[in-house]
Parts: sequence; C-alpha cells; structure tokens
Amino acid sequence: MNVGILSIIVLALALCGFVVGRNRALQSVKGDARKLHSLPVYHGQTVALFVTVPAVLMMAVWLVAQPMVIEARIVGQLGDAVAADPVASKLAMEDVSRIADGLDALQAATGLSDDEIGDMRSDLSDIRGRLAEVGVALGSEVRPEIFSMAKSLRGMQQTGATMMTALVLMLAVGGLALGILRIEGDFRARNVAESFFMWLLVAAAGVAILTTIGIVLSLFSETMRFFSVHPASDFFFGLTWNPQFRGGSDLGIIPLLWGTLYITFVAMIVAAPIGIFAAIYTAEYASPRVRSVVKPLIEVIAGIPTVVFGLFALVTVGPFLRDYFAVPFGLGTSGSSVLTAGLVIGILNIPFVSSLTDDIINAVPQSLRDGSYGLGATKSETIKKVILPAALPGIVGAVLLATSRAIGETMIVTMGAGAAAKLDLNPFEAMTTITVKIVSQLTGDLAFDSPETLVAFALGSSLFVITLGLNVFALWIVRKYREQYE
Amino acid sequence: MTDIGSTPAELPGKAHGRSGSLLTESPMMKSRNAAEFRFRAYGLTAIVVALLTLAITLFTIVRDGTPAFFQAKLTYQVFIDAAVVDKNGTADPVEMAKVTTIGYARLLSNSLLAYLDEKGVAVEGMTDKEITDMISKDAPARLRDRVLADPSLVGQTITVKALVGGRIDGYLKGRVTRESSANDSNVTPRQLDMADRMVEAGILRSGFNWRFLTAPDASDLRPEAAGLGIALMGTLYMMMLVLIFTLPIAVAASIYLEEFAPKNWFTDLIEVNISNLAAVPSIVYGILGLAAFINFAGLPSSAPIVGALVLTLMTLPTIIIATRSAIRAVPPSIRDAALGVGASKMQTVFHHVLPLAAPGILTGTILGLASALGETGPLLLIGMVAFVTNYPASPLDGGFMDPATALPVQVYSWASRSDPAFIERSSGAIIVLLIFLVCMNIVAILLRRRFERRW
Repeated sequence: MNVGILSIIVLALALCGFVVGRNRALQSVKGDARKLHSLPVYHGQTVALFVTVPAVLMMAVWLVAQPMVIEARIVGQLGDAVAADPVASKLAMEDVSRIADGLDALQAATGLSDDEIGDMRSDLSDIRGRLAEVGVALGSEVRPEIFSMAKSLRGMQQTGATMMTALVLMLAVGGLALGILRIEGDFRARNVAESFFMWLLVAAAGVAILTTIGIVLSLFSETMRFFSVHPASDFFFGLTWNPQFRGGSDLGIIPLLWGTLYITFVAMIVAAPIGIFAAIYTAEYASPRVRSVVKPLIEVIAGIPTVVFGLFALVTVGPFLRDYFAVPFGLGTSGSSVLTAGLVIGILNIPFVSSLTDDIINAVPQSLRDGSYGLGATKSETIKKVILPAALPGIVGAVLLATSRAIGETMIVTMGAGAAAKLDLNPFEAMTTITVKIVSQLTGDLAFDSPETLVAFALGSSLFVITLGLNVFALWIVRKYREQYE
Repeated sequence: MTDIGSTPAELPGKAHGRSGSLLTESPMMKSRNAAEFRFRAYGLTAIVVALLTLAITLFTIVRDGTPAFFQAKLTYQVFIDAAVVDKNGTADPVEMAKVTTIGYARLLSNSLLAYLDEKGVAVEGMTDKEITDMISKDAPARLRDRVLADPSLVGQTITVKALVGGRIDGYLKGRVTRESSANDSNVTPRQLDMADRMVEAGILRSGFNWRFLTAPDASDLRPEAAGLGIALMGTLYMMMLVLIFTLPIAVAASIYLEEFAPKNWFTDLIEVNISNLAAVPSIVYGILGLAAFINFAGLPSSAPIVGALVLTLMTLPTIIIATRSAIRAVPPSIRDAALGVGASKMQTVFHHVLPLAAPGILTGTILGLASALGETGPLLLIGMVAFVTNYPASPLDGGFMDPATALPVQVYSWASRSDPAFIERSSGAIIVLLIFLVCMNIVAILLRRRFERRW
C-alpha cells in the first residue's frame, strides 16, 4: 500500500472520528449542550487529532528512517572491506538500488510473480538485457552478490512498507478508540485542541530559526571541508583567482572582493545621491498629488526582477558605454564592465534608498521645520541645516542597507560585469564578483569533493558574513544615533 | 521693547541688506533664492533621472521583445510520399517511427521546390540547397509528429505551415539586413531576395506565435522554435507550492508572534532571525537549497519542488513581516470584546482577528509571491537552468519532481546564448514575466482598495 492511499485512509478515519466524537459528546449529556465543558466541535477536533497526529508522525519518522536502516544493513552484508570505504559502499548501494528499481519495473511490465523474481539468477539469465528492455540501463554486467543484495533490498523494502502500514493503521485506530472513549461531559476538549494548535503556531515560528540554522550549517560545514583540502591563507590572502580542472588552482578571494567592492562603490555613487534627492523632493517639495504619482512609480523599479535589469545591462547599457565612452577614449573594448554593472545596480537601488530616506524625513517632527521657517530660513536651508542632520543616522543606515543589497546582487553582475577576476582600476574593464563566481562554480558538472566546487561555499560564507555584518551595523547606527523626539 | 531696531536702517553694518523695498531682491536674498532654486532642481533632476531610466528599460525590453510574439511561416502543399515515410505500407505508427526527421526534411524540401516552380517564384543563381536551407530545422520534426499522430495522412497532399529559419524571420522583422547577411555564414543575400519574393507570392507570412508560449526550449541552432512552455509550467508549479508552503507557516508564525508570544529569549531570537533573514542575499538561499535539499535530502535537482522550497524560505520573512503588520492593524477593542463575552484566546484570534486581517495578509502574500516569481539567482544553483525539452507530468503524477525550468531562468539562459534571435526571445519572455507581475500587483492593489479599513 503506498503512502498516498495510507494518508487518505488516515484522513478518512479522522473525519469519522470528528463526526463520531461530536455526536458522542452530545449523547453523553443527552443532547443538552449546556452541560458540556467544551462545544461538541472541540470534542470532534480532539478525536480527529488523536487519530492523525500519532499516525502521521509515525509515518514521517518511518519514511525517513527506513532507507537509512536498510542501507546500513545492505552495506553490512557486502563485507567489511566495502563497508569501511564510504565511496565504494556508496557506489555499491547505487547499483543495488538501481537493480531493485529495475526489478520493480520488470515486474510491472511483465507481471512476474515475486517467487519468479526470487528465482532469477544473474549468472544464468541476461539480467542486464531484460532490464534494458523495461528502460533501466545498467553500466556493466550484474555481479551475483549485487543481484542477491538487490533482491534482499526489495524484500526488506516490502517488509518495511507492510510493517509501516500496519503500525500506522494501528496507531490511527487506537487513537480513534482512545479519543472516543475519553469523551464525557466534563472532558476539557477545547483545552486539549487549543494546546495542540498552540504547539503548531510555535513550530511555525520556529521555521525562521531552522532556516538560519540550515544556512549556517550548510555554509560553514562545507566551508570547513573546503579549508581541509585548500589552505585558508591562500583563500583569504591570495591575489589570483584561477581555478583549474586538474587541480592546483589558485583560489584567492581578493580579486573577487575587489570587483565586488568596486562595483558596489559605483552603484552607491549612482544610487545614494539620486535616491536621497528624490526622497527630499517627494517628502518636502512635491504636492500631495505629484507625490502620490511619483512615489509608486519609483517603487516600480524595486518590483522589477533583477534578471530584467541584467538583460538591460547586457543589451543596452554595456554596448552603449563601450561604443560611446570606452572605445573612443581607448579605455577598453569590453561590453561588460564594472561601470555597466555598477550603473545598473545603482538604478535598481534608487527606490530602496529613496523610500527608506523618505520615511525617515517624514519622521522628523514638523515643529523642527516650523522653528526653522520662523527664523527666516528658506526651504532648502531648512532641509540642509535642520532636517538632514536630524535624519542623518537613518539615511546612513539606509545607504548601508542598500550597500549590503548591492554586494549580494547576483543577476546583474552575472550578466553585466564579466567573468575575469582582475585587480584593476579601470572602470571600463570587465571584472567579476563573489556572487558571479558562486554561480559559475556551482552550475554545470559538479564534483562535490573538489576544491573548485567547495570554494563556492567559502565564498558564500564570506558573502553571508559581510552582508550580515553590514546589516547589523546599519541597524545599530540607526538605533544608536536616532534622535528621540517627544 | 521697541527701542532696538525699530527702523532697520539704524542697525549698523547690515544696512545694505535692509534698505529699499521688500519687493526688490537684495543681493543676499538673490543668492539664497538661487540656492533654493538649485536645490529644488537637484531633487527634480533625481526624480526625472530615476523615472527616465525606468522608462528606457521598459521601452527597450518591449521594443526588443515584441517581435518574439510573431513568427514567419511558409504555407504550402506537401505531398506525404508513402515511399519515404511508410515503405512497408503498414500504416502502423510504431513501424513508421523508424523513419527519422531526415526523411521528412526531404519531403518538405522537395515539395517546397516543386511549389516554387509551380508558382514561378525564383531568384537568379540560387541553388536548391539555399532554398531548402530556409526551412527551419524544427519543421521536419513537427511534420513527423503530425504524420505519426495521424497515419491516414500518408499518400495525401496536405497544407503545411513550416517555420522558416531564424535569420529569414529576423530579416522580416528587420533584425537581419543585407549588410549583416554578407558576413553571416548562416544566410545569403539571395535567400533574403527569395524571402521577399515569397512574401509577394503570399507563401511566407508572419503571424502571432502561440508556440512561443507553449513550445519547449530549443537548441542553439533553432531559435525560431524555442518557446516558454516548460518554463511557464515550472513557474506555475513553483508558485503553487510556494503559496501552499508559505501561507500557513507565515500566518501561524505571525499569529504566535503577535498574539501569544511571551517576552522571552526564544521570542527575541525569532524576531532577530526574521529581520536578518529578510536581508540575506538571495544567492545564499540557493546555496542552502543545494546543500540541504539536493545533497543532504537527496531531492532531484532542477525539480520545481526544490525551487519552491528555496523560494519559500526566501519569501517567508517578507510575508511574515507583512502578515504581522496586518494583524497588528486590527484594533485591540475587537479582541477585548471577544474576550469579554467569554471567547478563549484561540477563539478570539481565529474567529475575529484573523478574518479582519485576511485582506492585508492576502495582499502581503501576493506581493511576496510576485517577488519570488522574478527570483533567478538561487534557481540557477539548484539546476533549474538545465536544458529541458520534456514537459513535467501533472502534479498528481509526481510532476513536482520532474525537471523543469522557470520563467526568469529562461530569460537568463536565452540571454547567454550567442544568436541575437535569442535576445529577442529573452526580451519576449520578460514581457510575459512583467505581465504576470503587473497582474499580481493589480490584484493586490484592488484587494487593498476594496477591503482596506480604517479603524
């Protein structure tokens, strides 16, 4: 019986339990609902929960644990030599499970009984040919011990599935019986059901923590693996980035870091002034009507996917800069360049800077403005001398947050900045960033034990630490230097 | 009180600023007003620059992408020769499937040459091969599919709408010119002349290209056949799953944090986590997906379910933040009233607070989904950039596990190919993507307008 049907049965039992529980609760007080502690619905819910929760938990645990247990037993039967070598045992396990899948397919296609499959011998019949007929291609001839393992794997899987079905059904029926028997007028069904839902809420909130743990674990454990095959000093202080397929790569982060920071610098030179001035205009000068049109329009930029801007950089900005600036001034011939990527990331970050700055300027109390106007200051003098100083920590925070976004930006640099890791000052030169190299090292054919692949996790950790640090710093600045009004 | 400066002129040293009428600007006021004017102009310039770049971006995308929705096709009669496609005369599709596309290409070519002869369409000095090369490499495969689906066509003369090659199509769209064709090994000026003649004769016509929205991706040699079918399905699957995963978790987490959470270290930890996760670069979620879901949990790469899990983790913080503010916007008087008539805390939340917060939650969720829709970087890492030509199965048959691509990833992978015809396709895909985004945002805005309540 497969998992889908089993789940449906459990759910059907739960539904039954709900109806029966509700009616039984009413019966127990002879139809006088006032005598119940909880509404009949809660009695029904409690029974349904008693049916589903243990059964579903058991099913989940079993589905996770069964393959692990079976694999351990199969590897154990293959002999100590194989079991001791993780690579060999992994390969053998793959063979075994592929043959087992093939036997399943064969059985489905030809209708052989289990006994007939059990009688098949790899040294007597052409297993490889027969499996190829049902669409399972094997790399080599089937060794007898692997074949018998595959058969015992199938046996264990079948036994496991039967045992799981039996256990889950027992738990569901047992829960149903227990739930129904507990019903009486004074039973506090609502408290039981509500405390269960409470735990669900807590678990959902915990997903955020799990995500963080997942990120940290996946990044740092692989980073540690990288440092065990590649010297950390070379990674952090190496001035060349030159991955080789055959090993002996130079994997220094400095050129990538330089490219990242250079592009981010260009981006912020574009985004910060435009964003801040746009925010000043919308917050202080624009009439409410203009403001209600302009502000959403600028925020449209933030809603456009970055890959769109990536294509814009690749097709429009890059060739434009190359043909009208780089080539005439003899500064380079590359369409993808620091300036291309920087300009486009800058555009992308304008709405980010402007909407944060706008909020902050609006948070400056009107009394400060009135005081300044009362002394005879013009509007721009008020802004420069009163509002901006008051809003400065917030604006710095906004710019830092935008910087962190620019550092983590991926698609625009992948499409617009180029792939050459260089330490250069010429902004018309193609350079590359940490995110570009994460993408290029992790797409394509992967061997998960080579330093060339693992370095992407080290790059990811560096990126994570840098952006997280910037964010924490930005929030700290905002909090520390915020003027407290009122 | 009035003895100081009762007349401004009495103030020593400052006389030049105060003399004369208020209506004539003093030099100092002049410079101050000029500064005011400049400052205002800076602000206006910033806004104009921002909006202008937005306009230019959208304009270039629409200009480059619109042609992708149109495609030139040759319409002519093809005789399905039984001697080529069904030598044994079995009319059995299994037997006929042994004839490869090469046989069908010959049918198409011969019929085209005969048809052109008949119509008297010819170009001086043009070889037969040059003419038949104008037919797309995709056309024979589609003719083969059509004949295999309906073996009764064998021996008949049928009307075929065959795609032309990407360069000829580009010529009709103005992308390929005679000058560029001179340096291009894939097209000759004579073929362009021929295309003009065919258009005059009514054989070659451009029409709306539905296959751009339904066909799978095609290889580098056949840009004219590439479509978004699989990418659209992959994106649809992912968005369905993201919605199913995020909405319950986000609502539950927000309810806990807003309504129940005691002030302790655990709650603080969750709060800090959520605000920091919202700022983690999206590519890091891709690494997480690769390490946790593919390497550790053993899920297949390129599968929509992995993409959905990654996007879920990525958008959860944003949606939680939106949901929390929607719940916070419900006034405490509602809760007090419910508690006052004897509802439990849980009943108050689920019967009263949640329904009132629902429009806000929905709006936040739609906007979160819209941002997930355009996300590309993390999907590259989990292998959704792969070249997939088989449609994923329906969700009930495990389609969530089948390889697929996604709309924004298709934009990227087309943009990175060398043929300019793919840039057109890429921009066309962006137009589709933007249409989806605009629709989602309009729905969100309408929801907000319709249900927004001021308490």
